Amino acid sequence: MSTPALEIKQVSKVFIKKERAKRFLNKKKEKVVALSGISMSVSRREIFGVLGPNGSGKSTLIRLLSTLLLPDSGTIHIFGHDVEKEEFAVKRLINRVSVDAAFFKKFSPLENLAYAARLYGMPIRQAREKMRKIMLRLGLKEETFTSPMENMSRGMQQKVAVARGFLTSPTLLLLDEPTTGLDPYSKRDVQAFVREIREAHRATILLTTHDMEEADRLCDRIAIIDEGKIIALDTPQGLKRSVSRRNGQDATLEDVFIELTGKKMEEKEQDK
Amino acid sequence: MKEMRVAYAFIERNINLIKRYWGWEVVWLIYSLVNSLAVTYIGAGMEKITGQTLDTQYLITYLLVGTLIWSYLSVIFYSISEMIAWERWEGTIEYTFMAPVSRATHLVGTTLFAIIYGILRTLVILIIVASFFNLDLAGANLPGAVLLLLAGSVSFVGLGIVAAVLPLLYPERGAQMTNAAAAILLLISGVYYPVETLPAWLQVVSSASPATYVIKGMRGCLLHGQSTRSLLSIVFILIAAGTAVIMVGLFIFGRVERYAKRTGRLKRSG
Ligand SMILES: Nc1ncnc2c1ncn2[C@@H]1O[C@H](COP(=O)(O)OP(=O)(O)OP(=O)(O)O)[C@@H](O)[C@H]1O
Ligand SMILES: [Mg+2]
Repeated sequence: MSTPALEIKQVSKVFIKKERAKRFLNKKKEKVVALSGISMSVSRREIFGVLGPNGSGKSTLIRLLSTLLLPDSGTIHIFGHDVEKEEFAVKRLINRVSVDAAFFKKFSPLENLAYAARLYGMPIRQAREKMRKIMLRLGLKEETFTSPMENMSRGMQQKVAVARGFLTSPTLLLLDEPTTGLDPYSKRDVQAFVREIREAHRATILLTTHDMEEADRLCDRIAIIDEGKIIALDTPQGLKRSVSRRNGQDATLEDVFIELTGKKMEEKEQDK
Repeated sequence: MKEMRVAYAFIERNINLIKRYWGWEVVWLIYSLVNSLAVTYIGAGMEKITGQTLDTQYLITYLLVGTLIWSYLSVIFYSISEMIAWERWEGTIEYTFMAPVSRATHLVGTTLFAIIYGILRTLVILIIVASFFNLDLAGANLPGAVLLLLAGSVSFVGLGIVAAVLPLLYPERGAQMTNAAAAILLLISGVYYPVETLPAWLQVVSSASPATYVIKGMRGCLLHGQSTRSLLSIVFILIAAGTAVIMVGLFIFGRVERYAKRTGRLKRSG
């Protein structure tokens, strides 16, 4: 068996929040457990979804995979490379698209993408051609390519962010809510493109989203996390089946999400 | 070869930043220019201030050398220390830190840009300020001065790296802290007066600033025509010390980057 695209073992991450207390010198340190004991494995060419309520640790997980955060404990291997010890080998294989489309706002999309292409050591002429192709494919108009990013709508900026992620042809693509803020057509464009690069580039994709339909449509398997723990992991069909069996009627992925993460909410309500 | 291509990313980025924020650039250039002029006029007015006959020409050149060298060195310092600050402001820091680029390559690109930019900017200021005064550089050793300036750049690159750490540690205030650091260097390095004027304890501190040696040597070259051969030992020390500061700077940077990744300080939002 070949090494999996992604292998996560017992990964935990805690953030320390410094609460400035009213009284001087009495800084309270509050711990936020973002992830606790996450283990999972994603095989090559899989589209793997991570769902969970706000603040459940999805983005933290993606940052750990993209070497932007270091785990407190546990190990992460990407195509057999340890994220901490073989940082550069990992960096060459991955790219990430996140919700916040962060760019040099006075630069044009082409300038921003050229910066990214150079950072990844791509020959620039080839990269320029590819940028145009991807942006056109995502439905951006040619005339927006050269005007400053700050003049674009949020959704358009998000598409440039998606283009930046695809540009370097990563073998593992980390998508953190890539379609948030996109209209239904654009969402479909991005979704079709995700499938396409899986076929064409044999890429593996890890995706977080709050769009249940999108997850259902795209993902081969889905992990649902809540408060930093995986509470379910199965194919979309498997997840739906398990919930509908309990309720005796056909369940959508949204039902699954609410059923699995909602119980906790009720418990929390009762605690209060 | 590939590394150079990657390093060019930072050069091109900085050129684009200048193009896009040209208004800001013009304001800053005017600020430096007026600053240099004002300082040099102190020399021009010294006879009137003291009511004594002085070698005004010498004073003017003395101050002009100080202000120009300082302008050059501080551009190097700021350009390098801002390599992180810009990415913070724009929010692109996570993307740059995620790319397969070593901090050394990052630095090479930033440094090449800083030196070329610093030289061009200083030349512009020199040409304009020189047109206000009649300068006498007849006996000056210009090649020696250039050599000294380049050797001095090395240590300022190193200091810039150390300062670049601040925005990594303090997302909000980091960039302002570098201003304070630059101001201290200005005070102790004998830019506008001989360091011997300072209190004894500050003189001790001043001997640790590379700018002290650069400026002293520059005055030797430009005012007294000091020979290049006699400068070689200073040049050597500047390069050696500069290389050491760069090494230490990169080491500190690496540690702080790791710390930032442990505590989640690279993140802005999302
Ligand atoms: N850099 C950081 N510093 C401090 N706390 C953080 C940091 N990043 C995340 N957290 C905390 O960790 C927890 C998990 O956050 P995370 O961003 O991973 O959630 P998420 O599942 O992506 O949420 P959302 O659906 O809203 O995007 C939250 O409580 C958050 O406040
Ligand atoms: Mg998130």
